[in-house]
Amino acid sequence: MTSTSVRAEFPNPVGTPPAPRQRARIRALGLPASFLAPAAILLGIWLIYPMVATVVRAFFDDRGDKFVWFENFDRMFSDPIIHTAIKNNVIWILVAPIAVTAFGLLLAVLTERIVWASALKIVLFMPLAISLFAVGVIWRIMYREDTEQGAINASLKVVHDVFKDEGVLPDARPSSDAVSDRFVFTKQLSAGDTALLGLTAISPREVPEGSTQAVEPQSTSGAITGVVWRDFSPGGGTPGTVENGELGIPGVTINLLRGSNTIETATSENDGSFEFADISGSGYRVQVAPKTFAQPYGGVSWLGASLITPSIIIAFLWTSVGFAMVIIGAGLSAIPRDVLEAARTDGGSELQIFRRVTIPLLMPVLTVVFVTQMIGVLKIFDLIYAIAPGSVQNHATTLAFEMWKRSFSGQNNFGLGAAIAAFLMLLFLPFLIYQVRSQRRNL
Amino acid sequence: MAAAEVSQPAMRSDATFRNRIANAPVNFFLLLIGIAWLVPAAGLFVTSLLPPEVSNAEGWWNVFSNPSELTFDNYSQLFDNDQITHALFVTAQVTIGATVLPVLFAALAGYALAWIDFPGADLVFVAIVGLMVVPIQMALIPMFTLYNKANLYDTVPGLILFHTAFALPLGIFLLRNFFIGIPKDLMEAARIDGASEWRLFFKVVLPLGLPAIAALAIFQVLFVWNDFLIGFVLAQDNTPIAPTLAGQLRQFGSNLDVIAPASFFSAVIPLTVFALFQRYFVQGLLAGSVK
Repeated sequence: MTSTSVRAEFPNPVGTPPAPRQRARIRALGLPASFLAPAAILLGIWLIYPMVATVVRAFFDDRGDKFVWFENFDRMFSDPIIHTAIKNNVIWILVAPIAVTAFGLLLAVLTERIVWASALKIVLFMPLAISLFAVGVIWRIMYREDTEQGAINASLKVVHDVFKDEGVLPDARPSSDAVSDRFVFTKQLSAGDTALLGLTAISPREVPEGSTQAVEPQSTSGAITGVVWRDFSPGGGTPGTVENGELGIPGVTINLLRGSNTIETATSENDGSFEFADISGSGYRVQVAPKTFAQPYGGVSWLGASLITPSIIIAFLWTSVGFAMVIIGAGLSAIPRDVLEAARTDGGSELQIFRRVTIPLLMPVLTVVFVTQMIGVLKIFDLIYAIAPGSVQNHATTLAFEMWKRSFSGQNNFGLGAAIAAFLMLLFLPFLIYQVRSQRRNL
Repeated sequence: MAAAEVSQPAMRSDATFRNRIANAPVNFFLLLIGIAWLVPAAGLFVTSLLPPEVSNAEGWWNVFSNPSELTFDNYSQLFDNDQITHALFVTAQVTIGATVLPVLFAALAGYALAWIDFPGADLVFVAIVGLMVVPIQMALIPMFTLYNKANLYDTVPGLILFHTAFALPLGIFLLRNFFIGIPKDLMEAARIDGASEWRLFFKVVLPLGLPAIAALAIFQVLFVWNDFLIGFVLAQDNTPIAPTLAGQLRQFGSNLDVIAPASFFSAVIPLTVFALFQRYFVQGLLAGSVK
């Protein structure tokens, strides 16, 4: 600073060699320059040059020889797949950073109360050391749809089967018009009537054990009787009539309906017969209970078009929550104990203290975690590539992913790719400003 | 921390007992969380040990009723696969190069920014902090073109230099902030004794900055070893392990005997580094994010 004022008072005559003081300054700059040179060269060539070049490239066509003004941006904002990418980016940004921060906070607070906190921290932190690609493979194994193969769907099936039995005849259909699509015998019944509930599309394997020849029901006064049977004999037979060689279906639940209410249920015998006794009047219908036809639990399509982004976000939480927990945990242990003690002595409940004291004191740490996650989420690429099957990539895509896809997956649309990258950079700008500002405060 | 732990046993025992009861649900909940975190990783490990006809057809948990199915065959085949062993070799080379270089360059720059007084130092530092946010996607197209012209495409040096450059902003940030905490008296004393800046850097700053340097190095080993995108775009035959496996994703479900052991093995090295140097890594993260 002093040297500038000296120089202002005694300006150097043009053409004379630099004064010794100036030479000293150049030497003084030469020293830091030699320390900074390797970093400066690398940053210049690998970060600053490409940033400028990408923005310039965004205004040229895909081959790079024609200046096309904003054409690439027009293409970008009118492309339905890029619309999906932007929509997914919004979902990611709204969901993932908040979820990671909130979950991390919860776990950080809870781990303060357990003895094995350090073990849990290592377990939750571990995924951070694994490549996102391997994390993707891990979750693709978890998300396999077949309940025999995917662990998540297998667990869901266990839960599902506790509450809902699998049907005896998942694929059966009515054999004739006498039975409706909802398996109701179409004729209204009165006491003494019979119901013939013929079903087809039952493979021999599916016929329940103990099944015997079906028996044509006999009219019984004061009762409704009927039979439920496999209305199929080799050679075909006549639909709707019980014939020789056709088996009764045992163990099927039959509902007796009046109006739309089920007023009684019966279970079929080995020959398929059933009976509702003590019936008077008319206006009844008979139905094979819908649960007979319940499909076995098929599992959730985690990797299908509609769930793919939530599925990838779950995998992301698995990798990131440990980071949030450790950072927030460090912040928690830095809160002076006497502040919390004072709040307790003043009679604050734990929840009040948490909301009024802990959270405000943690705010800087929470902000750091939140912002770090925002930045990470905008860059996400590996997880999408590894988890989304090729056929649903267009449903899972984000801007960072689409930038790669348009430029490098064989499409070679460098103009469009550069436009996406430039737009992405624009989204990063607020974070850049935030970083610079928070660091200037610390200088 | 230590003080709080010491004072615990002094608390009245009925209070401790009540705490234990209140903590039972917390312990249970956190146990579930721990299991939820371990199961997916265990799934990959078990899958990697199953013969293809088993792993491709049924769930890995069936192994608990039939443990005789476990085999190391997948792993021995993995190491007979030239493509995979070459990829692992490339990954190791890139990781070493892209850890040593950025640590060295970031230490030099960090030292200059922390301890050499020159006009504009703060401005340079703030600019570097800004560069921390720049996404890799921003550099891909121009560098892909440039690499093809400069014969750096598909080379180990090309990958090392790219990683080095992108590691520098965080590295300089971490090290500058750590170096600036070295006591001023120490530096002044060394300067008065006539030590040159270079001597000061190698004899005082580097040894004292070792914790931060270790943290950065570990962070960098994990980051480079685990990279997918850079190797995927800038190499073809000399790709690191993750991009090498990318092609396998297409037949996912029929090739678990290849992709599962390869993924698991590729995770073993960073996991080991993490387990051994966990403390440094966490400290580095803390230094980087909680300022």
